[in-house]
Amino acid sequence: MSSTSAQSARTRTEPALVRWLLIIVALLFLGLFLFVPLAAVFAQALEKGWGAYLAAIREPDALAAVKLTLITAAISVPVNLVFGVVAAWAIAKFEFRGKQLLITLIDLPFSVSPVISGLIYVLLFGLQGWLGPWLQEHDLKIIFAVPGIALATVFVTFPFVARELIPLMEAQGKDEEEAAITLGASGFQTFWRVTIPNIKWGLLYGVILCNARAMGEFGAVSVVSGHIRGSTNTIPLHVEILYNEYNYAAAFAVASLLALLALVTLVAKSFVEWRMRENA
Amino acid sequence: MKPIRTIATLAAALLALAAPLAAHAEVNLLNVSYDPTRELYQDYNAAFAKYWKGKGGDTVTVKQSHGGSGKQARAVIDGLEADVVTLALAYDIDEIGEKAKLIPANWQKRLPHNSSPYTSTIVFLVRRGNPKKVRDWNDLIRSDVKVITPNPKTSGGARWNYLAAWGYALKQKGGNEAKAKEFVTKLFKNVPVLDSGARGSTTTFVQRGQGDVLLAWENEAFLAVNELGKDKFQIVVPSVSILAEPPVTVVDKVVDRKGTRKVAEEYLKYLYTPAGQEIAAKHYYRPIDKKVAAKYAKVFPRVKLFTIDDTFGGWKAAQKKHFADGGVFDQIYGPGK
Repeated sequence: MSSTSAQSARTRTEPALVRWLLIIVALLFLGLFLFVPLAAVFAQALEKGWGAYLAAIREPDALAAVKLTLITAAISVPVNLVFGVVAAWAIAKFEFRGKQLLITLIDLPFSVSPVISGLIYVLLFGLQGWLGPWLQEHDLKIIFAVPGIALATVFVTFPFVARELIPLMEAQGKDEEEAAITLGASGFQTFWRVTIPNIKWGLLYGVILCNARAMGEFGAVSVVSGHIRGSTNTIPLHVEILYNEYNYAAAFAVASLLALLALVTLVAKSFVEWRMRENA
Repeated sequence: MKPIRTIATLAAALLALAAPLAAHAEVNLLNVSYDPTRELYQDYNAAFAKYWKGKGGDTVTVKQSHGGSGKQARAVIDGLEADVVTLALAYDIDEIGEKAKLIPANWQKRLPHNSSPYTSTIVFLVRRGNPKKVRDWNDLIRSDVKVITPNPKTSGGARWNYLAAWGYALKQKGGNEAKAKEFVTKLFKNVPVLDSGARGSTTTFVQRGQGDVLLAWENEAFLAVNELGKDKFQIVVPSVSILAEPPVTVVDKVVDRKGTRKVAEEYLKYLYTPAGQEIAAKHYYRPIDKKVAAKYAKVFPRVKLFTIDDTFGGWKAAQKKHFADGGVFDQIYGPGK
């Protein structure tokens, strides 16, 4: 207590010039690297007017890309939600051998380049890969099709929910769960009635981040996509294609969808953060 | 919150989304092609679908995939289910035959004209007014000229660019292998950045304003001039260049498994008809049909062209000597060289 008040006193005694300088530098930096590009995306997108903007978004290949992106997110977010909760629960509430290893593995997708993540699946499921010939015999398509894109996205977005929940659950400890068990609650009841309500805001936060990444992923998806127009292009890949076709207005129009998603994510994230502080 | 019901609803929604993907009964073909053919095949696919329907065939939808030629070949080798491939050079299709055994070794003999329904060549794109006065290949090695070309390791167009420069040096008075190597070494010293595909290089030159000359496919150069303004760029035709033959083939293993051989073969044959040739010419690919070629003679500048077979002994030899690991390109181009 005393140390924090001493600290804030010291902040207040910082010369006004230094404070303002720091604020201006921070704002300039933000403006240059965040607001200007964001504004540029929308300006470029609307360069040829609203008609062209809507046409670019309503074009069949663009709609297919939006649909595929939504499908990918609808697969990878629930999968990682379930996995994240289960993994975080195991790690935070129980002691077992190999726990550190599990934590390291969960972090793996953060440290591996997305391109490598994609190539892993090509090596596994590609025609020259380990399972490729078997898959082809059974007429199953993984890479260069929706399952491969979903797999790559699941891999890349793997850590978001778990990483968000582990510190939260560890901080909460297991007292409440133990109390519930002592009072005769079953394992499932304890989880549903005690654990979940305690972590719901943290969980939502993780899901939002996971979703944003799932929809925006480029590298890993690009490797396994095959770039078939109207069937295996997600929004980010479609943007690149339009850009390469000198169709700049359309490219930025579709890109603006992703920018909008980012803005929605930001607002949702701030709201959840606020609720988390309220609840804490 | 009732998460179980939510999950069930999500699953149902997913199924509903996925169902129409599987329900179509029409014929779907996938054409895996290289970078600059996007616009060509967009037009051609529509024309072919109409033609095929008119002949009493099924409704054909041709899907397209584009990228650097070498990269696209790699994807087909890895299992991208192309019914037909239309790539930048024969070597990349040879690789599909050799590495994945999806096509027979004699694939290039199956359609007329080395299975190349259109040809192209390599020209220079410069900024309007040609401020650096670039007229021919020897201007590219001047120290004040920056040249943009993609990476020959990944791009088919880039390999044609490189071989065109090599061939030019070889055909000069007193030209020989050593002089050609020296010439190409000097040229690549003037290259500030190597993109992975032809379209990437065009974007670098056109959109980002890098460099003084873009070595480009003739069709790519025409497209850039038309799309982005005759007031900004112009084409310079060198004294001599290479005859580029981008070949096409059906991917046997894929069409036989999918049962699409007949329509896939017709799809490629239609490229050779006057209607197909007309579409190619409109997109600035040089038609091989004499009549169509005569009609578009004014569009295509006359260039002295040499072929890969005459000058380099075919693609296999050229690939091995110049672009394989440790080949001439690796020797002359590297970090800090």
